[in-house]
Amino acid sequence: MRNSLSKSVKVGSLVLAAIAMSACGGKEEAVSTGVTPQQLTDNMFAVMKADRTTYTKLIIQRLAKKEKVIKASEHWEDEKALVLPAQMFRHASEIIAEQDLGFTYSLQSIWPINKQNAPKTDMEKQGLEYLNENPGQNFYGEETLGGTTYFTAVYPDVAVADACVSCHNDHKDTPKTDFKIGDTMGGVVIRVAMN
Amino acid sequence: MIKRSNRVYWAAAVSVTLLISSFLVYSLLAGDKSEFLLGETTHGHFQIELACESCHSDAFSGEKAMQKACESCHAAELKRADDSHPKKKFLDPRNADRLEQLDALQCKTCHREHKPGITGDMGVTLPIDYCFRCHEDIAEDRESHAGLKFDTCASSGCHNYHDNKALYEDFLVKHGVGELTKSHPVVLERDYAELFRQLSKQPVKALSAGEHDAPQNLVEAKAIEEWQASGHADAGVNCSACHYLKDEDTNQKQWLRKPDHTACESCHSPELEGFTQGRHGMRLAQEMSPMKVSMAKIAMKEKAHNKELNCQSCHGGHSYETKKAAVDACMSCHDDEHTKNFKDSPHYDQWVKAQHGDIDESQGVSCATCHLPRMEGEFKGETVTRVQHNQNDNLRPNEKMIRSVCMNCHGLGFSIDSLADQALIKSNFIGQPKVHISSIEWALKRDKEKKEKDRLKRELGLSEDE
Repeated sequence: MRNSLSKSVKVGSLVLAAIAMSACGGKEEAVSTGVTPQQLTDNMFAVMKADRTTYTKLIIQRLAKKEKVIKASEHWEDEKALVLPAQMFRHASEIIAEQDLGFTYSLQSIWPINKQNAPKTDMEKQGLEYLNENPGQNFYGEETLGGTTYFTAVYPDVAVADACVSCHNDHKDTPKTDFKIGDTMGGVVIRVAMN
Repeated sequence: MIKRSNRVYWAAAVSVTLLISSFLVYSLLAGDKSEFLLGETTHGHFQIELACESCHSDAFSGEKAMQKACESCHAAELKRADDSHPKKKFLDPRNADRLEQLDALQCKTCHREHKPGITGDMGVTLPIDYCFRCHEDIAEDRESHAGLKFDTCASSGCHNYHDNKALYEDFLVKHGVGELTKSHPVVLERDYAELFRQLSKQPVKALSAGEHDAPQNLVEAKAIEEWQASGHADAGVNCSACHYLKDEDTNQKQWLRKPDHTACESCHSPELEGFTQGRHGMRLAQEMSPMKVSMAKIAMKEKAHNKELNCQSCHGGHSYETKKAAVDACMSCHDDEHTKNFKDSPHYDQWVKAQHGDIDESQGVSCATCHLPRMEGEFKGETVTRVQHNQNDNLRPNEKMIRSVCMNCHGLGFSIDSLADQALIKSNFIGQPKVHISSIEWALKRDKEKKEKDRLKRELGLSEDE
């Protein structure tokens, strides 16, 4: 990862400034203040969570589950169907990763449908376990991967609609079949390069 | 003081060094670069091996530039294949330990050039146990995989590293084994001519022989006759559309007696793109001389050795007869066992019957049906079925044919087995496959077990954990 935290913090400052500007009608001057890695990842997660909830409730839950006007499928291209919320989230994270912006994020679970999305690094394992044991809490830490040190934040990914629960409980590859709405099904792991 | 004998020695050494250096610099810049090849080039790249800059960009370019060069020719193909291991999946730092073992961000990790001693199928230069490095625990999730040898994942006909569009588990379940041959086999219809009419600013009017616009002193009766019977005249495309073009040297429009492939581009850019990505036209993409049949490393007819490959080689100068291009053109050059057996094959029987009107035209099977398949794609924002002119596209690996070609007429099970049977391929599919791949049965068994579990769960009204 070539880009450093300073670049990420600048990105974060701009994100915060943009949020502040939009909240104030965009008339105020953007003020760039120092942003801690945790503030940066907390705000990133807030955007991700809002988008993810919007897509799940307003698109999947409404059109595929309630109105039944279109299917949602893991094989969305072959089935000419809607992309599943987790796939949409991952697809966007890959677009971010390709831009080499100094931060990356991923969606993981202790009960993953695809085993490649199980926590892998020690920090991911600790983080996901922490979320499981402490509902509603976030987890923060630092880890070194491939010679780069990262600020790593793990946020709970909560089941917000019937569609999340039924799809995961019924999937052929799921290791857990008793998810309920409001359960923490997994975690969003955000990493920011520190050096 | 340097002794006289030493002076002579030094003068001789410097002269020889200068002479060799001059020769090498001349060879590198203007002469025969073959002296610089580090080893035999793979069958996929040998045609362009002397256009070193195609892959190496320049003498000092690093890994990034070389990766970019790979992607400039192969990225679109991987995207179409819905690559199972795209670079973007490995960019997250959580994969750092994996990348140390197998750098999935670089094509050359698995496909090293100029290494004939270690190059296997698909230009792979790694030992074939590469799947094992990340998926060694697969038997924990797939009972059927317990005890399978670590080098069989990608060599058994079950999985590929990049393209699994016809092999993924749910696809196997959805299509099952299927029939040997479907009751209504149908090859897709091309529909570009229709789209061309829709997109034309002026209404398209078929042209008669008398309406040609070639200069009188250049008119050849045979050319006019062939053109008039072609799809070009039918679509209102006159002689000047292909012959009256800008000359590259003068930048002036002038009548070109023998326009090259670039003349076709304005209407047929997708076809040309495919053609210049395959082995027929890849040299043209590097601005090299056209491929000559004698350059090929597979069996070719001796009498065809001097032929050069361009659009006209298969389509003819004016007739643009696609049926001739679909069989006769191929057989006039290719001389391998598979080609030689074609006329004894059931596919050719279908072709002949279709030509005689005994069966529907959409049921005839030519060389092109499989190797230059009709595929749906996007052109100017519209979905259109056109011919993929990169005849190598669906051969690397050949399972890429399953969806785009075989399953138009055959069931999935028969298709997978047939493409895994090398002897059957050589005979041009005369007979039944003697190889059997078990993947469909395994997938169906797992699906059945899951459904049975769900049924019991529903009946008992209990969760599985209870």
